[in-house]
Amino acid sequence: MKSGRLWSWIIFGLGAGYFLLPLLATFEFSLRIRREGYTFDAYTSVFSDGRFQASFSYSLIIGICAIIVGLLIVVPAAYYVRLRAPHLRPIIEFITLLPLIIPAIILVFGYIRMYNTSSPLPLLGTNVGTDILLTLAYVALALPYMYRAVDTGLRTIDVQTLTEAANILGANQATIIVQVIFPNIIVAVLSGAFLTLAIVIGEFTIASLLNRQVFGVYMQNVGANRAFEPAALAVISFVITWGAMGMIQLLARFAPKTARRD
Amino acid sequence: MAEEFLRIEKLVKSFGGNPVVKGVDLGFNKGEFVTLLGPSGCGKTTILRMIAGFERPDSGRIVVEGSDISGLAPNRRKIGMVFQAYALFPNMNVADNIGFGLKIAGMPKPERDDRVEEMLKLIGLSGYGKRYPFELSGGQQQRVALARALAPSPRMLLLDEPLSALDAKIRVSLREQIREIQRELGITTVFVTHDQEEALSISDRIVVLNAGNVEQFGKPFDIYNRPATKFVATFVGTLNTLNATVTDAASRTVRLGDATFAIPALPASASNGDAVALTMRPEAVSLANGVARDIVLEGKVAEVAFLGSVIRLKVDLGGNTISLDTFNDQRTPPPAHGTPVRLGIASSDVLVLGD
Repeated sequence: MKSGRLWSWIIFGLGAGYFLLPLLATFEFSLRIRREGYTFDAYTSVFSDGRFQASFSYSLIIGICAIIVGLLIVVPAAYYVRLRAPHLRPIIEFITLLPLIIPAIILVFGYIRMYNTSSPLPLLGTNVGTDILLTLAYVALALPYMYRAVDTGLRTIDVQTLTEAANILGANQATIIVQVIFPNIIVAVLSGAFLTLAIVIGEFTIASLLNRQVFGVYMQNVGANRAFEPAALAVISFVITWGAMGMIQLLARFAPKTARRD
Repeated sequence: MAEEFLRIEKLVKSFGGNPVVKGVDLGFNKGEFVTLLGPSGCGKTTILRMIAGFERPDSGRIVVEGSDISGLAPNRRKIGMVFQAYALFPNMNVADNIGFGLKIAGMPKPERDDRVEEMLKLIGLSGYGKRYPFELSGGQQQRVALARALAPSPRMLLLDEPLSALDAKIRVSLREQIREIQRELGITTVFVTHDQEEALSISDRIVVLNAGNVEQFGKPFDIYNRPATKFVATFVGTLNTLNATVTDAASRTVRLGDATFAIPALPASASNGDAVALTMRPEAVSLANGVARDIVLEGKVAEVAFLGSVIRLKVDLGGNTISLDTFNDQRTPPPAHGTPVRLGIASSDVLVLGD
């Protein structure tokens, strides 16, 4: 029994080392910008760079827009499928999985072809149009995660009975979604939101080909020209992603609890 | 006679080509407590859901106070409903749950708070307003669900097996409380259950349903004592069925074992020598010692079940077995297994039921 536990710890240690050592090495490397010893100068350099602030803010704004648009599409769709059209579920699941199957490069070339300046909908002709297109591209990219997160949330509540209970009390569909369904799946929704944010913060391909200066593009530029700053950026990006994951765990504690039965 | 408050006319509903409700006609009076009783799949919940507006009838009408509500959305019907699964909103506390319908109706907060307090008092949960559903027991949750349904003063209350998820003791006390509140408010109530004891104990009238059809609609006393069909007789309560032979159809005389006696009615088609099934409730049969009954049968005790206040005996009549209920008498122990007994039955309690 005791040796079994020892082996468990050894395997756990090996696994943790496999994941953590490269990260620690990157972190250690990011501190070695000066010969005289460890320093956070690489981080200072990154944070004080105007391009970092601009690209990070831009990614954050686009990410928030993608989350809002994604939620406006996914929550009513998942709710409708669960309540009225469960037979459509396999089709919807397949559609939401497509962004995982279709490489981002294919997606962005499709967009460029569809929405270039000579197309009937020339979104790429203006900055705002390109921003809209980038937001929609991120909505599509995050769809598999957002849909699954929301669908899992809906699975934890009795959607039909809650809907009927609110409906017979006078509520219409919009009120039911906003006041009854949404607050009860808020943790799942936030999980989807943070996953979307994590994807957007690290995305490079689509933004680069649409010529948008997002955080991923900035990281690539810095990586091509500097030595220590890219390591600092990698650590920052890990911290952001892990922060988002931590928030999901933290918020799960505040989820509305389901009713106790006698 | 005053016009019926709720009228269901030729209601038909099928699911995937499978008929579930087959042309049901019913009429309920204002303030009445009516129970839809039947086994699983008989169509009782479907009828209730059509009244609520969650299912649309294939044909037929639902008329409330003279106006057809069949095409109306559930949120416009002004009906309250309590669900089997409580369906309290987990994100809202008790007060917000009860006040939800009032908030939707646009009632100002001070009035809403007063009404919520009134409802909490009605269900005996004053001081529970700030609690969340997960902090309440099943019985308390169902009382909150009842208060939530009643808060907007609906014109009718629908109860969809609200007691099924509760344990036996709470079930009894809650059904009494529901009936008390219903009487106090005088609200027309339609209650769905498959539990015949529940139905008999709280209803003004009962609709017994079977395979999408109404078998009988009447007062609990009539449903139990004068069942219209064999299904009603067997579904509601326990029924003895004894195989007898018609000896003289003209005088309605039958022979059962060694006993020959007349019964109140025989099917018109019955002729001498025909087999006929006689039915009677266990409490219509008594141990004949000292009790005068016009039918006396002899047999041996085959089984004794002590149920507390009542003792149920099964007596072998030589080919037929009959159940009878007798009150527990602290001074006289029940007859032992194998004891010869004489049973008495009043011929007026014997029924010959058609299908």
